[in-house]
Amino acid sequence: MTALTTYFNDIYRSVSSTMTGMRITFKQMISPTVTIQYPHVKMKMPDRVRNRLFMNFDDCIGCELCAKACPVDCIDIEVMKAPPTESLGETSTGQKKRIYVTKFDIDIAKCCYCGLCVYPCPTECLKMTDVYEFSEYDRSNLIYNFGTMSPSEVETAKIKVKQYDEEQTAKKAAAAAQAAAAKAAAAAVPPTAAPVQNAPPQSLDSTPTQQ
Amino acid sequence: MNELKLLLENPIVMSVLLAFVPIVFILVYALVTLYGEMKVAAHIQNRLAYMENGWHGTLQPFADILKLLQKEDIIPTAADKFLFSLAPYLVFVGTYASFAVLPFSSGFIGSNIDLGILYLVAASSLVVVGLLMSGWASNNKWSLFGSLRSAAQIVSYEIPGVLAILGVVMVLGTMNMQTMTQMQDGGIQNWLIFGGNFALGQKLALIPFMFILFVIYLLSSMAEVNRTPFDLPEAESELVQGYNTEYSGMKFAIFYLAEYANLFLVSAVVVILFFGGWTSPFGSFMGGPVWSAFWFIMKGMFFVFVNIWLRWTLPRLRVDQLMYVSWKVLTPFALFCIIAIGFIMVV
Repeated sequence: MTALTTYFNDIYRSVSSTMTGMRITFKQMISPTVTIQYPHVKMKMPDRVRNRLFMNFDDCIGCELCAKACPVDCIDIEVMKAPPTESLGETSTGQKKRIYVTKFDIDIAKCCYCGLCVYPCPTECLKMTDVYEFSEYDRSNLIYNFGTMSPSEVETAKIKVKQYDEEQTAKKAAAAAQAAAAKAAAAAVPPTAAPVQNAPPQSLDSTPTQQ
Repeated sequence: MNELKLLLENPIVMSVLLAFVPIVFILVYALVTLYGEMKVAAHIQNRLAYMENGWHGTLQPFADILKLLQKEDIIPTAADKFLFSLAPYLVFVGTYASFAVLPFSSGFIGSNIDLGILYLVAASSLVVVGLLMSGWASNNKWSLFGSLRSAAQIVSYEIPGVLAILGVVMVLGTMNMQTMTQMQDGGIQNWLIFGGNFALGQKLALIPFMFILFVIYLLSSMAEVNRTPFDLPEAESELVQGYNTEYSGMKFAIFYLAEYANLFLVSAVVVILFFGGWTSPFGSFMGGPVWSAFWFIMKGMFFVFVNIWLRWTLPRLRVDQLMYVSWKVLTPFALFCIIAIGFIMVV
């Protein structure tokens, strides 16, 4: 191509491409907008959306599986084994509750919405809802206290557990004393039995070493 | 009552009053265009723009102006205070002075002088001085670059622009803007873009050249008002904001106002030169002073819209491309058109 044809070709191309561009922008201008007027109109969330955590405390059996599953440790649980005499009710799935859950806090500010805590829960009491508007002015407001036990209830529970423990230790002590007495009586009878010396240490979870 | 009449008959009082007509128009127009530009820009990008204040955000421009008025007027310590403060007003004055010769309607023109279009070109060139002044006084490299670019751009694009105007002046044989408009009166077929009010052969011969001149003037006018794709002086991706980087508050608002006023000014010149000014497209139907003002403003606003439309279509040119378009494309074409028009008008 000579310089002159290039020159006119360039002009033709620039004019025609500008025309094309203007046609496209005009089409876009009259085509409907895609904006969602957010605070007034909300986008429909997908069914399996993972947003704010919700916890149904009535169903919690205090197994702490969710706290163990959480990769960022945002679930803070304190539990206390209840005395078997105490009735804590049942979950909606019919499981008997045996543990006092004195504290169940979720720090939603730390939560990474992975949903890993939802699956281990044996009673399906943790779930992710589609609520996404929960900003707060104070960071401490983002720690959600799901536990329903009041401080006084916690105190009474503690006292009960303590009493039960004390009873148990007393019983154990009594049993131990009884056993010791029986042992002593048995030891007194066979004088020939020599006390075993240098017995290998016995451990529950390690196999005895061969000698 | 009699005293009031006497006062109004006083030429000085009258001219002062008349001088305030364009500023009222500019202020109203700036509000409309501020809103319109945002809306057009948004809809081109499939957005909605202002929706909260008033019906579809119609009160938003007022809020914007109020915000600008409240802002602190900062003058940098290293700036030349006198020139820094003077520059925006000089820019605005250059634009505003040009409004004096715009025939807004068949019954209103600020100054019906015979050298109308020449005066307009000269007065609007005062803007360059203001821009250079603002860039120099800001004592900021971006501002200086912006203003230098702006000056280079306006000076080079004034040549094809003025040549295009010259072509029209050759056809109409007058520089008086009111007469120019009147010569295109009598319906859409008499507009210069459709060959003007001439014998059929001459008319048909003029149409292609008029169209080329129209495109040349439209392009060079866009370059003169520093708008995309010719917004190198304000290129925000490289020069922050160009010459108005250091400006804030009311001074920035004046720059903005001048830019919008200039936009209408060049659109109005396009309308007067090629689209029959205030004349009605239906001949005498919907004519008269009030209707003609309506037509003038509507046509002007249409070209303002075209400017905005192009702004959101094309990306910014490079500096060398900008100069190439001006010197190697627009100027030769304009010269060619002038020669051709000369032959057509003589034959």
